[in-house]
Amino acid sequence: MAIEMSQFYQVFFEEAAEHLAAMESLLLSMDIDNPDEEELNAVFRAAHSIKGSSGTFGFTDMAEVTHVMETLLDMVRKGEARPSSDMVDACLVAGDVLRNLLGAHRGENEADREAALAICGRLEQLCRALSQDAAEGSLGSVGEGPVAGGNDFELNFVPDEAIRTNPALAENLLAELGGLGTVVSSDTGEERAHWRVRIQTDESADSLRGVIEFVAAPGSVMILPANVGILSSDEDGAYGFFEPVQADDADEAYGFFTELPPLPGGADDSAGETAYGLFEPAPAKPSTPPVAEEADDGSFGLFAPLEASTPVAKPEVVTGTAIEALPAPAVAAPTPSKMAKPTGDSGSIRVGVEKVDQMINLVGELVITQAMLTQAASRVDPVLHERLVNGLAQLERNTRDLQESVMSIRMMPISVVFSRFPRVVRDISQKLGKQVELKMSGESTELDKGLVERITDPLTHLVRNSLDHGVESPERRIEAGKRPSGTITLRAYHQSGNIVIEVGDDGAGLNRAKILSKARERGLPAHDGMSDAEVWQLIFEPGFSTADQVTEVSGRGVGMDVVKRNIASLGGRIEIESMGGVGTRMTVRLPLTLAILDGMSVGVGAETYIVPLGYVIESLQPTPAMMCSISGADRLVQVRGDYLPVISLREIFNVAGAQQDRTKGIMVILEADGARAALFVDALIGQHQVVIKSLEANYRRVPGISGATIMGDGHVALILDAAALVSMARRALPAAA
Amino acid sequence: MAHSNEAHRADALPDTALVQEYLTFTLGSEEYAIDILKVQEIRGYNAVTTIANAPTFIKGVINLRGVIVPIVDLRIKFGIGSVEYTPFTVVIILNLGERVVGAVVDSVSDVIALGSDQVRPAPDFSSQVGATHISGLGTVDDRMLILIDIERLMLSSEMALVDEAVA
Repeated sequence: MAIEMSQFYQVFFEEAAEHLAAMESLLLSMDIDNPDEEELNAVFRAAHSIKGSSGTFGFTDMAEVTHVMETLLDMVRKGEARPSSDMVDACLVAGDVLRNLLGAHRGENEADREAALAICGRLEQLCRALSQDAAEGSLGSVGEGPVAGGNDFELNFVPDEAIRTNPALAENLLAELGGLGTVVSSDTGEERAHWRVRIQTDESADSLRGVIEFVAAPGSVMILPANVGILSSDEDGAYGFFEPVQADDADEAYGFFTELPPLPGGADDSAGETAYGLFEPAPAKPSTPPVAEEADDGSFGLFAPLEASTPVAKPEVVTGTAIEALPAPAVAAPTPSKMAKPTGDSGSIRVGVEKVDQMINLVGELVITQAMLTQAASRVDPVLHERLVNGLAQLERNTRDLQESVMSIRMMPISVVFSRFPRVVRDISQKLGKQVELKMSGESTELDKGLVERITDPLTHLVRNSLDHGVESPERRIEAGKRPSGTITLRAYHQSGNIVIEVGDDGAGLNRAKILSKARERGLPAHDGMSDAEVWQLIFEPGFSTADQVTEVSGRGVGMDVVKRNIASLGGRIEIESMGGVGTRMTVRLPLTLAILDGMSVGVGAETYIVPLGYVIESLQPTPAMMCSISGADRLVQVRGDYLPVISLREIFNVAGAQQDRTKGIMVILEADGARAALFVDALIGQHQVVIKSLEANYRRVPGISGATIMGDGHVALILDAAALVSMARRALPAAA
Repeated sequence: MAHSNEAHRADALPDTALVQEYLTFTLGSEEYAIDILKVQEIRGYNAVTTIANAPTFIKGVINLRGVIVPIVDLRIKFGIGSVEYTPFTVVIILNLGERVVGAVVDSVSDVIALGSDQVRPAPDFSSQVGATHISGLGTVDDRMLILIDIERLMLSSEMALVDEAVA
């Protein structure tokens, strides 16, 4: 049982997170002055789904928050209140709180109960403010004297036999109700069979119930606050609004019971455990719009409410959520007005990442096996073994296709990452009092899921950095002759087997002099002759910050070094371009996937190493004139006027039998982090796509090695960590000199 | 130190006549035994890819059906037996929790069952192996078997198989 439940939990967690993300992006894109009805509905549906499922799984804290939010959204959705930026803010905060609570249920963090309570209060306040507006509007038209009491209830009930048949008794009942407060409106339905009384009273709902229960059919009484119920949330486990009497047995019910059909006893049945449907009464007269539309809420916008002409006596099932089982009682064929959201994602299946990874591993094995076979078959006579050779060629094609399609399973559009930035930009620019416009392009660019997860934080940091340090305040911008609102550009695209993500701003640009002076203060090697690119790289030094004061957003100097490290750990690199007064652009280059790498294999002694191709600039055979000796060792090589440090794998890795004579080997020029170095190897062997295998899984980290791969003949080759080697070489140089 | 080891061994081997199966192998003239449940497979010794700056007893890594597995030569580590690689050199592939490690030995003898009454605690002594990793001495037909806690040995820092930060 426990296992089963936790399985469902996982689905719930994922769905709730998706709903939250959807809600947030909708809220952010919403045009407050002219909200799109469909969007409002979508936001509401998202909130409603979270509430429903969190209630079902017993996560009452989440259900409570969503409940209040849903109430608010519902009013907006129905046009009773206009959306305001205040409201959008509150809903965004509520989304954060929900995320926090969700995390807490997942066991990832501590639940912030105070924030949850605070946001509930804030939302309720908004609700009250809005409902007052709404109430004023509707009451004004009814205009029935002074308001008698603080409570405004709508009573729905089916009276008992005696009242239905005796008009005098009905009059008495009305009079009696009038004694409790002011009857604003009353509607006794056809043949007094279904009463709907609006009353303003000082009495509580319970005392009203006490009066009515004597004269009503058992279980038919329903008391609703007239102003779109801010109900006490005693319906934890339920999907909808239940009136208090039914709450006891409605815990398991999925329905949305707003009003009772005038069938004696019918209410009890429909509130039963398996009732999934939404029962909407056919409003005899649409005198109470809030309630009449309530039923629509739960219907996910699938079905239009029934028209007033529908006979009262016939209860109509409005909907079950499309996926849910069909309503048990009275399945009247619903008439869908639009199939807005059928089964949602019927075109996709949820699969655990580990299953996909296992598949990718197996395909990787297949590729290796295929390469081995091809190599083995290369020795046979192609004329004698034509069929074998043909078969192998076909196997190769099929394997490659299979590999591509398997790899594509893990690919996700980068919009998954980008979608969070409108929120980040909005929040931070508000906090900093800046006007910032966010432009995004290339959201559909796909990259590996593992990369998506790990690039989010570095990118967020870069965006925050651009907001804080890049874009100036509106006043400064006007002074500089720019538009008051700054622009942050996020761009993603593919370029030669890499994915490139740019974070640009049209702000002040980096201040070369300031960075240099700060660098000297911190004792970093900095001199005026450094190229711009080298100066910009200084901001990636640990603890480096040019911010004059530490703000909430940034300036502590932790971060850029972490960003750089994170990106490097993904096999990527980051470059900065900046121009004073024009802006700054950070370019992050990442490999498409973490699993496969384009590599150049080089031979050193008897060993084969793989150099990631992305780092290779060129390869050349040095002449004696190019070598520069420092303290007796050839430590530098001159390439077209630049002196590059030499990385000798023979020395670093203690490879036996490797070439020592520099002029007899090959120099592979590597570039990493804006710095170059020459890797000295014996020979270039070839260029391959290699499947990256972790060395650390069973062994440990080796300095200068980023992983391992399996070559076509089955033996293991180590993949060089080019960035580490280059920085090793540059560090070694001053020490040696 | 030795005292606490003593206590540990006493805990590890309850008095009940619990029978456990061991794989025995030889290093030089000495016979060792390890828990059979830690053994994944036994295979011949193939060419390894050496790893830079690794201790001499770590021969390198091999490709075991797509998994990169480091190979430790226990003969070098323990300083016994003649270190030569012939077609008969054997590698025991060990499955230690999350990790897979290969160990080169002179030969694999057989699988034997030892009751707890056949296992004696090892006397205090210091050896190349580190007495910590010897969980006891077993006796079968006048043969003495050295019982090694292979998991603890392989994952200990002296084997340099695990990242210091991780370990």
